[in-house]
Amino acid sequence: MVDIKLLIALVPILPLVGFLLISLNVKRFVPGVTSVIACGSILGSFALAISLFVQLLISPEGTQLTVTLFDWISAGGFQASFSFLVDPLSSLMLLIITGVGFLIHVYSIGYMHGDEGFNRFFSYLNLFVFFMLLLVMGSNYLLMFVGWEGVGLCSYLLIGFWFKNQDYNNAANKAFIMNRIGDLGLILGVILIFVNFGSLQYSDVFANASTASTETITLITVLLFIGAMGKSAQIPLYTWLPDAMAGPTPVSALIHAATMVTAGIYMVARNNVLYTLSPMALELVLYVGLITAVFAATIAVAQNDIKKVLAYSTVSQLGLMFVALGLGAFSTGIFHMATHAFFKALLFLGAGSVIHALHHEQDIRNMGGLKRHLPITFITFLIGVLAISGIPPFAGFFSKDEILANAFAHSTLVWVVAAFASLLTSFYMFRLLFLTFYGTPRASEKTMSHIHESPASITIPLAVLAVLSFAGGFMGIPEALGGSHWLSEFLTPVFAQSLAIVQHHHLEHSTEYMLMGIIVGLTIVMIAIAYVVYVSKKTVPAAETEKLGVAHNTVYNKYFVDEIYDAIIVKPLYWLSHSFDIFVEKLGIDKIVNGMGQSVDTGSRALRLLQNGSIGFYIFAMVVGIVVLLSLTILF
Amino acid sequence: MLTLLLIFFPLLASLVLLLARPQNAKMWAFVASVIELVLSLVIAFLFDKSDIAAQFAFSAPWITSMGLNLSVGIDGISLLLVLLTTVLVPFIIYSSFNNTYEKPQTFYGLILMMQMALVGVFVSLDGLLFYLFWEMALIPIYFICLIWGGESRGRITFKFFVYTLGGSLFMLVALVYLYFQTPGMHSFDIQALYQAGRALPLPEQGWIFWAMFLAFAIKMPVFPFHTWQPDTYTVAPTQGTMLLSGIMLKMGIYGLIRWLVPLVPAGVQEWGYTAIILSVIGIIYASCIAIVQKDMKRLIAYSSIAHVGLISAGLLTLNPIGMQGAMVQMISHGIIVFALFYIVDIIFQRTKTHALAELGGIKNVAPILATVFTVVMLGSVALPLTSGFVGEFLLLNSLFQYQMIVGAVAGLTIILGAIYMLRTFQKSMSGEMNTLTKTFADLTDHEKRVLYPIVVIIVLMGIYPAPLLSISEAAVNNLLSLFTESIASLK
Repeated sequence: MVDIKLLIALVPILPLVGFLLISLNVKRFVPGVTSVIACGSILGSFALAISLFVQLLISPEGTQLTVTLFDWISAGGFQASFSFLVDPLSSLMLLIITGVGFLIHVYSIGYMHGDEGFNRFFSYLNLFVFFMLLLVMGSNYLLMFVGWEGVGLCSYLLIGFWFKNQDYNNAANKAFIMNRIGDLGLILGVILIFVNFGSLQYSDVFANASTASTETITLITVLLFIGAMGKSAQIPLYTWLPDAMAGPTPVSALIHAATMVTAGIYMVARNNVLYTLSPMALELVLYVGLITAVFAATIAVAQNDIKKVLAYSTVSQLGLMFVALGLGAFSTGIFHMATHAFFKALLFLGAGSVIHALHHEQDIRNMGGLKRHLPITFITFLIGVLAISGIPPFAGFFSKDEILANAFAHSTLVWVVAAFASLLTSFYMFRLLFLTFYGTPRASEKTMSHIHESPASITIPLAVLAVLSFAGGFMGIPEALGGSHWLSEFLTPVFAQSLAIVQHHHLEHSTEYMLMGIIVGLTIVMIAIAYVVYVSKKTVPAAETEKLGVAHNTVYNKYFVDEIYDAIIVKPLYWLSHSFDIFVEKLGIDKIVNGMGQSVDTGSRALRLLQNGSIGFYIFAMVVGIVVLLSLTILF
Repeated sequence: MLTLLLIFFPLLASLVLLLARPQNAKMWAFVASVIELVLSLVIAFLFDKSDIAAQFAFSAPWITSMGLNLSVGIDGISLLLVLLTTVLVPFIIYSSFNNTYEKPQTFYGLILMMQMALVGVFVSLDGLLFYLFWEMALIPIYFICLIWGGESRGRITFKFFVYTLGGSLFMLVALVYLYFQTPGMHSFDIQALYQAGRALPLPEQGWIFWAMFLAFAIKMPVFPFHTWQPDTYTVAPTQGTMLLSGIMLKMGIYGLIRWLVPLVPAGVQEWGYTAIILSVIGIIYASCIAIVQKDMKRLIAYSSIAHVGLISAGLLTLNPIGMQGAMVQMISHGIIVFALFYIVDIIFQRTKTHALAELGGIKNVAPILATVFTVVMLGSVALPLTSGFVGEFLLLNSLFQYQMIVGAVAGLTIILGAIYMLRTFQKSMSGEMNTLTKTFADLTDHEKRVLYPIVVIIVLMGIYPAPLLSISEAAVNNLLSLFTESIASLK
């Protein structure tokens, strides 16, 4: 029997070794060697993740597997170690990260074929997996923060992967800097936790959570949530994510859909104990999520870039996950995160396959009619669309239904808004599907004559993810449909402490049936509308030159949020910096400093004149001096 | 005796160097600095971390009529800074091998003299001796900048010299004042000065605080006493800039720790807040200015002001976490800033410019340089698992504990630092090549030998900082407990 501690430690170490091997041999390795090392290391981690998962399943409930490698920082009473924790929550994350990660690695072999940065790409990808694993496996806040910033770094490196294009570099910088705004909140929250609990170890903090005042807990959880807003692209820190689509498509799938952007969900779920102690923070999570879900969905309706639609859809879906967390339905949020990882990765990879086939065309106005030419891509993409739209029995149906049921139990208003976001989702996803695959081809004849289905390294991952997008929901079949909700059972130990606090409304089965019926019915209506508009009437979105109506124009331009940020934050910052540089620094402080030097100089010049060598003047001065002194003595 | 050898070996070497042939000067200087490094490693090896007293101590009267003693010794705080000096100087000398300087014996001789003075500052246990070494450090660097500097060096180095010298005079006045407060046969001995200082009533401790702080603040420099720095860093020859930013500014921080906090605790208690606020203003102010700089060297100069501001603010919280953070951050900053200025020098040697607008696309032709630059940049923006993170986190931690809002404002460095560093990287390395960078050659073997070890150090310190932290731990704790005691005894 191999030591379980070694197995745990190896999970992140394998991708790290992969990264080191490839990055140190960037110029030497041929693509074949790189592919084997990169994919092999992730496959190895996946195998280990499975064995740890099995270990947890056969252990008594509440078991946590831990290992401490070494003391990392210890100074003046502060202490944080390199130690890992595998419990049901992190175990599930491990499976998703390494499983989906492996598929995307395989996919990338085909997608990045022939790129001069092939080796560099895979080294970054392995490094990303390493940091992502640290993020979810760390048993203390600081180690989570390491992973948190590390994945941000990899995201930056991969968005700007094609570094000759300064637009891509701008997108990379934007992502890093926006994330750093969130990170500042997160790290301050972490410090506040240390100040209040004297430890950053999850177990210590959660055990003593109730000893802190509600105000403190609220402050901590809000600060942490600022971090989540950055990483998981919620209002107001979401604008980096659509721009992040500048990176190669597998990156969009892995980092900007399936794993990294869900770090915020993981973090809030991990801290469920703290969040349940602060109703105010939970409300904040709920409403930020809710507003983001609707807001991003409306933008997605009017986008014409295949990846941008998916990006806004991701922002919107992440919003729905936060809605679940904000309602205290932590396992529901995690459930949707898992199914979303499957179908969104599938959709991105499908989009990548389309882009690949059309030689880097991303505008859906130039697509259409690809159904016959890319049959595997089409079928799998269709499955993804059905899953995200919540058509039973695809994966998204179960997880989304659970969120909506929880929302309904909370308040009708929340339910209406969330349902609206989810209906918009099915509309824009079918719009995307129809414009891409149906109708007559709008790409140039030259492109259409070269079109061909992608190679096996691309289609096999698509197929596997399609299966998961179909069946992934079965891990959480609700009682109303005769299931036992395995996932929620599995995660119970993680959320037990909170479940005791949060009051849960239980809906009648009849209510649940009614809700499901309404939603599914309306979804089908939305699909029908999309079909009529984009297939029957063959509407194609307006070209750039066409003038749009006010509402359409606003949505098409993403509510001008980027422009607003530029005007109220970026420009003022530069203005401030320039005025510091010119007025305060050069004309202010330095003038004073030089002035002091100058005055000594001028003063000396003036005093120099007194020593003019004329004896008469000296005697005169002396006499004046004596008179003054004498008169002073007489006067006082 | 080891300590004396450590101080005076570089001096001896610099004198011998004058006899060397010009073409061999750099080699001999390098050998001498490596011997000095070995010497310091021997000391580090023999050093007892658990002992709070100064080790390898040596004390002998020197000029009795002035109360001057040749009194030196090394505790954990000193040792870290000595190591920083002895590690960086060989790197600085070796990094210069590609440059050709006129009168190399003098140039390298001055560097070694500078090293003597720096080591002297970090190990002095006598007030006047400390002052002597402090001023002695100024002379070689003044000549290095004056003789081998760039455009309008005369005016700029003169300002630098007068400004820092002027600041130091306040310190001298304060030290002499304290000297006359010592009982009996007056003495400059550090413990005697400590006792005299602590016994003073608050108003006097207050002005002594400001007199000393001014000297240290100018050296680091802390806002608003910094305006000599960007010009001097820009105009100095690369090795001069490295000495100034890598090591010399740590004299100021070291001064705060050794010659301010224990000397006038009540003064620190009273005025520390003001000093922290100035430092924090400096972080934001200098970071903002860095964002709009067009010259790489000047940009790094401003970023250095920001980083130093965080160090001085964190250490003045007098929290052991902040103090330890300051120690580790001093080492990290020294190494990173050395690497940044070296990278700028490499770019300058190939393109003859520091101007960001004229660069771009270097990553296309020099991927190794770009990768090294990336790692150093990450260290500078304090990404976890680089050396920069450990210190920055501990410092922010102490500031946040001190006062939440101060910590939050200082924390903006996380964002602003990323803005100016990423911008620098993008403008110089990314994008398409231009005519100037098209023929840019990647790192030579010589340059790799300088930068690879630096990259390894940055990452290793980030992953396993424990050895460094443990060196200064006992000394820091001792210093702070003495501080608390003397504050308590005042009440």
